[in-house]
Amino acid sequence: MHDRGGVPTGEPIDRTEHELEDWEVLTDALAGALGRAGVMNVDELRRGIESMPPGEYERASYYERWLFSLEANLTEKGVIAPGELDARL
Amino acid sequence: MRFEPGQRVRVAARPHEGHCRTPVYLRGKAGTVASVHGSFANPETRAYGADGLPERPLYGVLFAQRDVWPGYTGPGEDTLVVDVYEHWLEEA
Repeated sequence: MHDRGGVPTGEPIDRTEHELEDWEVLTDALAGALGRAGVMNVDELRRGIESMPPGEYERASYYERWLFSLEANLTEKGVIAPGELDARL
Repeated sequence: MRFEPGQRVRVAARPHEGHCRTPVYLRGKAGTVASVHGSFANPETRAYGADGLPERPLYGVLFAQRDVWPGYTGPGEDTLVVDVYEHWLEEA
């Protein structure tokens, strides 16, 4: 799904720029902080993104994919409990 | 370092299960070593919580676009440089 170089597409590339929203900046900061704290690394972040169900991957934005992976990795490592984030929202 | 700048190399055509930084579209394609970046932890094991050691040599490999894409119609001098780990490269 993610490794799609050379796969034909009829859709034009969206080149529009947009201001990052607060949650996107925080998501980036969280991944950086977890890396520096030795909790998870960028390769684990990427692997988590690649393991998304294809439909969810397609629908998700760039930082939504990061968030998905952060939650998956932190759950895998026992830092947060399954469903803990949803329960707090 | 097994390869040096200017040397012809080919990306291994083998499949890979799990996280991997070598794009599928380059598998089996030949290019030229453009630069030697040094050695880095292996993302293929680091992606699963391991330390990624031993570090693996990483190269910038230059490919002619026409060698990468069948039927490429762009200018013949178009190139592409991709970082590829040594364990994905063979002599070409």
